[in-house]
Amino acid sequence: MSPMNYIQEHMKYWVLGQGFLSIHLDTVIVSFALGSLFCGIGIVVARRATSGVPGRVQNFFEILVAFVDQQVRESFHGRNRLIAPLALTLFAWIWLMNFMDMLPVDLLPRLAHAFGAPHFKAVPTNDLNLTFALSVSVFLLMIFYSFKIKGVRGFGREVLSRPFGWYAAPINLVFRLIEDLAKPLSLSLRLFGNLFAGEMIFVLIAALLPWWFAWIPGLGWTFFHLLIITLQAFIFMMLTIVYLSMAHETH
Amino acid sequence: MNLDLTFFAEIVAFALFVWLTMRYLWPPLMRAMDERARKIADGLAAAERAVRDLELARERAVGILHEARSEAQTIVEGAHLRASELLERAEKTAIDQAAREVEHGHEELERAREQARTALQKEVAALALEAARQIIAQEIDPARHAELLASVALRLQ
Repeated sequence: MSPMNYIQEHMKYWVLGQGFLSIHLDTVIVSFALGSLFCGIGIVVARRATSGVPGRVQNFFEILVAFVDQQVRESFHGRNRLIAPLALTLFAWIWLMNFMDMLPVDLLPRLAHAFGAPHFKAVPTNDLNLTFALSVSVFLLMIFYSFKIKGVRGFGREVLSRPFGWYAAPINLVFRLIEDLAKPLSLSLRLFGNLFAGEMIFVLIAALLPWWFAWIPGLGWTFFHLLIITLQAFIFMMLTIVYLSMAHETH
Repeated sequence: MNLDLTFFAEIVAFALFVWLTMRYLWPPLMRAMDERARKIADGLAAAERAVRDLELARERAVGILHEARSEAQTIVEGAHLRASELLERAEKTAIDQAAREVEHGHEELERAREQARTALQKEVAALALEAARQIIAQEIDPARHAELLASVALRLQ
């Protein structure tokens, strides 16, 4: 297989259906599996949670929860029971999906081929459908809470009168639309771009270098990429908290 | 790469996982952590209280010890006082007793001496009388002179 073919092969999804009415089975399967993994273990741990001496797994989950809780407390000043669990889910789920990039680049595709899948993209966050699903969900929550907290009039006044005052209401509106639409766009494209580039480097290393040498830069990029996937998961979580915090605050 | 049903499937997945986390994962863990924090705080407070109690108890113990020591001191002093008092009294009693004994002895002695003297006088008188009688028997009538000698002997007593 030529390097070009190899790279193109890694760009293709396992698609079921045609056009808009199609679904990326690889993305859906991996993301559901990882989300279920996190929620499953987490719920079992939470059910058995003791306020006495915690076990190792409980300790791990408590560290996660405490970490996210602290971030939310620092950045989010409203009162909302949803924000912290939402942030935790985002962080853990995105991190796990990003982590699929750490597996050898051909491992999951080969396995999938063995089960009859024509193509397989192992990293769900490397699919714009997923990153946009996340960011649009966050965007919808922003809109929802903006109306819920500030009311239609309060939110409308904020949109129309800032930043230039009432006389420039149309300009304010346009500014606000651009600003708010940029949020989900930047959220999803940032995550997608980082993961896409990361995986592309793994694919290039595997495609262009001889196998007996490829593992050296591969290992180096793995360590570096480990930082990136954590950072990207963290950034997505933090920005979500900040955006939702802004939706709660009246200026 | 088009937007397709994957997008909606992932929104559903996201909502599902967030709901699960919010309902079943977050609250129990949070509760456990808060409760543990409270337990630890309680434990620390209890420990502090115990330290303070110990300090108080120690102070009280020292106070009781001091009291007991001074009380013992008083008791010992009292005992000493009483002992010397007893001793003194015993001494005095002994001295009195001795004096009485001595006096008694003197009296006894005096009486004995008196008796001896009386006996001796009687004996001397008898001897003298005997001697006189033997001497005088040849010359003087004893019946006439005995009365005279007896009156003399009576004066000697």
